[in-house]
Amino acid sequence: MRGRGFPRPRNGAKGEKPVNFDALFGDLAQHTVDGLSKGAIYALVALGYTLVYGVLRLINFAHSEIFMVGTFAILGTWSLLGVADNPPIGMAIVYLLIGLVVGALASGATALTVERVAYRRLRRMNAPPLIFLITAIGLSLVLVELFALWMAGFFSGRGFTENRLVIGIPPLLKQETVLSVAGADITNVQIIMVVAALVMLYGLDQFINRTRYGRGVRAVAQSPDTAALMGVHQDRVIMLVFVLGGLMAGAAALLWNMRYGITKFDIGFVVGLKAFTAAVLGGIGNLRGALLGGLLLGVIEVYAATLTRSTWEDVAAFVVLVVVLIFRPTGLLGESLGKARA
Amino acid sequence: MLPKQKTSPEDAAKPEVLLEVDGVTLRFGGVVALDDLSFNLYKGEILGLIGPNGAGKTTCFNAMTGVYRPTSGAVRFDGQQVSGRKPHRINQMGIARTFQNIRLFPEMTALENVLVGADSQHRTSVVGALFRLYRVKPKPEELPTVDSANGLVRLWQQVRRSSAQVFGISRHTLEERAGERKAYELLSFVGIDDRANDLARNLPYGYQRRLEIARALATEPKLLCLDEPAAGFNPAEKEELLELIRKIRDRGFTVLLIEHDMRLVMGVTDRIVVLEFGKKIAEGAPAEVRDNPKVIAAYLGEPADAA
Amino acid sequence: MTEALRQINERRRHVLGGMGDRWRALPRWQRWLTLLAGVAFLYYLPFLGDIPGTNLIIPGLDWFRTDSIDGGANWAGVLFVCALYVLVAVGLNVVIGLAGLLDLGYVGFYAVGAYSVALFGSAESPVVGALQEQFGLSSDWAIAWAICIPIALAFSLVAGVLLGWPTLRLRGDYLAIVTLGFGEIIRIVAKNSGWAGEAQGVPGIPGPEGPPSPDNKVFGLLDIKPWYWLALSVVLVMVLLVRRLEHSRVGRSWLAIREDEDAAAVMGVYPFKFKLWAFAIGAALGGFSGLLFASRSAFIQPETFNVQLSILFVAMVVVGGSGNMAGVAVGAFLLAYLPERFRDFSEYRVLAFGLALVLIMLLRPQGLLPSRRRTRELQDRAKEPANVA
Repeated sequence: MRGRGFPRPRNGAKGEKPVNFDALFGDLAQHTVDGLSKGAIYALVALGYTLVYGVLRLINFAHSEIFMVGTFAILGTWSLLGVADNPPIGMAIVYLLIGLVVGALASGATALTVERVAYRRLRRMNAPPLIFLITAIGLSLVLVELFALWMAGFFSGRGFTENRLVIGIPPLLKQETVLSVAGADITNVQIIMVVAALVMLYGLDQFINRTRYGRGVRAVAQSPDTAALMGVHQDRVIMLVFVLGGLMAGAAALLWNMRYGITKFDIGFVVGLKAFTAAVLGGIGNLRGALLGGLLLGVIEVYAATLTRSTWEDVAAFVVLVVVLIFRPTGLLGESLGKARA
Repeated sequence: MLPKQKTSPEDAAKPEVLLEVDGVTLRFGGVVALDDLSFNLYKGEILGLIGPNGAGKTTCFNAMTGVYRPTSGAVRFDGQQVSGRKPHRINQMGIARTFQNIRLFPEMTALENVLVGADSQHRTSVVGALFRLYRVKPKPEELPTVDSANGLVRLWQQVRRSSAQVFGISRHTLEERAGERKAYELLSFVGIDDRANDLARNLPYGYQRRLEIARALATEPKLLCLDEPAAGFNPAEKEELLELIRKIRDRGFTVLLIEHDMRLVMGVTDRIVVLEFGKKIAEGAPAEVRDNPKVIAAYLGEPADAA
Repeated sequence: MTEALRQINERRRHVLGGMGDRWRALPRWQRWLTLLAGVAFLYYLPFLGDIPGTNLIIPGLDWFRTDSIDGGANWAGVLFVCALYVLVAVGLNVVIGLAGLLDLGYVGFYAVGAYSVALFGSAESPVVGALQEQFGLSSDWAIAWAICIPIALAFSLVAGVLLGWPTLRLRGDYLAIVTLGFGEIIRIVAKNSGWAGEAQGVPGIPGPEGPPSPDNKVFGLLDIKPWYWLALSVVLVMVLLVRRLEHSRVGRSWLAIREDEDAAAVMGVYPFKFKLWAFAIGAALGGFSGLLFASRSAFIQPETFNVQLSILFVAMVVVGGSGNMAGVAVGAFLLAYLPERFRDFSEYRVLAFGLALVLIMLLRPQGLLPSRRRTRELQDRAKEPANVA
């Protein structure tokens, strides 16, 4: 089948030693920083899974594609604006902000479409979760193939080509070291990524906990029937939740474009899988858990890749997940958006 | 089918403790749900556990059936500790229960529901059901019958009968048949055998309650715990239920009945334990309890339920 | 558009539902005869359109063959894959349909079965190589195929238990992600371990007649019909065995657990034990299927056993009708057959597959041939007033 579109930082040649502690502990701070910035993307995507799961008790399998669409929408906008490599800093910031808005809108719109097409009818039927999962997988395949066959070409200004394109994205910010802490070189992009993830989470947290809409979301998460009786419009809350998840995925898409400078129709799959793992790790349904899980997963992966070979990072991620779930069945921080039921 | 427990007049004179609640205290955070509660349940009796809403009846019930672990104190069944065991182990010890909010297997037929209970007494498991190698010599009445008028079919039946005589019948098959007989018998015992093959979810409410009792009885318990079995019943249905509970006792089962309908409890129980705010405020025969001033006070606070 | 589709679907539902009831109403001997005829037809399938031993061709039937189109795949080969997938679906149905456990990493067991026969049966595998060296055996020594079968079954069974032991206590959704991870781990381990042949895979995997060679008389490289018959026979035996379980205390316990785990436990069913059995049995069937796949291919690579395959497996079960063995078999057959038959559109295969999944689930959530229970379940659920005001 297809290769995976996840560019992995390689640390030297394939390990001569099976476990290379020197490589890890010689440069621990650096690996931690790399891991955190990688985890920021997981965390933002994980928020989408967590929000939907918190309210609907449903794994939105198509969320990975919502993220993927975001990367392409941002790319399309930038190429439409004629973004050149490394523009002056002022323009770069403008482009990034435009990218954020476009990515969030595109992903939000995709999320809404997914809810409308794949889930709403099933929700009315009160179908068992397995059915939702299969429609989500089906829709996910459709989105991936649409981009593989046509849309990728369209967004990169090549027309509706039938190629499984890998598309480069013009670098807006030159990745350069701006800070050195404890031997770790921190780049501007890495700072932006982690800060952006924190800011987005903070905003979301405030929205859910402080506003009227957020109260509706929490009400439905805790008891859909009671919320409905109290006059909360359930459909509207569910749409809101999907849109919020989409917005976060759009932001993650922007970070992805900045960090990796490349996108492809199937990037969603691996990122989605990791993000979902992160959400479960932190405690699905728990917003802060998603952030913690994402960052932690990023760090674990980088550590594991350094210790052994980069191909083992996925194994490490899942082993950690299983171990955590065995000892804390509701994840590190527990489920909180809806009350834990386990 | 069901084993009758030996209850003769001599035994009744010197009652044997079946379940012992010994100084059980249960705290949830700062809330004391059960406060140093002690009472005994004797073999062959019907014990009522009553109290106004929120008195801790269900909490006590859950502590007795192993759902909650007491903060201090112990629940002993047949001399063995109950708390901390897995639910299926507790069932194997001989405690069966029904649920206040009916919990049948809605997509299985009434018969299948009872069969699940009966299966707990069966020894065949996955390997036995797969390969059916464990053969048992059948009793004469368990052999396949030869009764067809059609010659060919008759020949086939003869072959099956002979092979069962020679090679025996797999334990799995015998257990399945025995289970089915028992299930039918129990369904007619509780009076719902006319709808044995209907899905549990399609049965009327009263049937569902009775089906739960049949399912619990199928596990051949030493103690049957009924959690508000009359909830949602009209007076006529309650009367029928009383009749059923008496029939169950007459078969030799020990019954623990949780209920807040005083009249129902008075009519059927041998002894009553009254709870209020997690404490035992009275214990004794129905008539004594009814005249106990503390009980009257507790129930006067809640006249609607005392009806 | 949707309305029209719904009407068509409504009509078909009547036809199909009616068929099921009529089938059950038939006398027992008639059902047996029909089943026998059906089985005979399955064995005849590789000749579809021909009459064996003559040059006669039955017109029309030819259209169904995948080699009747330009560049189409060998028909018997496609049937063989269909049989493998049916075996997988029967096994996965035990896990998903009967016990109600969502396993998204089923490909892991398929891989364990395939790698068992590859690593122990192939003279060229690193494991056999190490054994040869250790005991001074000749360079073409390897463990016989027939002995590899119990080895593969044991390994996949153990894999099922090892995965199930820590994870079956988890709630359903967590189980999904953990099993998904398990499937990936098996693939990654195979890909990165010297003893498993790394990314190059393992060649020279034996079949019933030993290692692949042009001299093999029955299970050769070109004529795949015997392979199909072998797989079909395995499927039939396994279906019979699983049926025995389904209609026994074990099947009842699975259903009870699926319906209400706590209530089942209180009735003396130990949920963990029966869930673990479901997992192990499902794993063994998946492993058997993987073994047949590896034997026929004579060569396996880790990349074959990817998540997409796992998802395909789950889709077969759900589309066919989770819980009903005939249903999942039909689902497996269709999902294996249709993409091959419509190879002309191969570029749009995945797209069509995705669309089909969405449409089938939206219009017929209980699957094409649902179990009776599932149909009623869904109809009743739909009748219940929606929570939404």
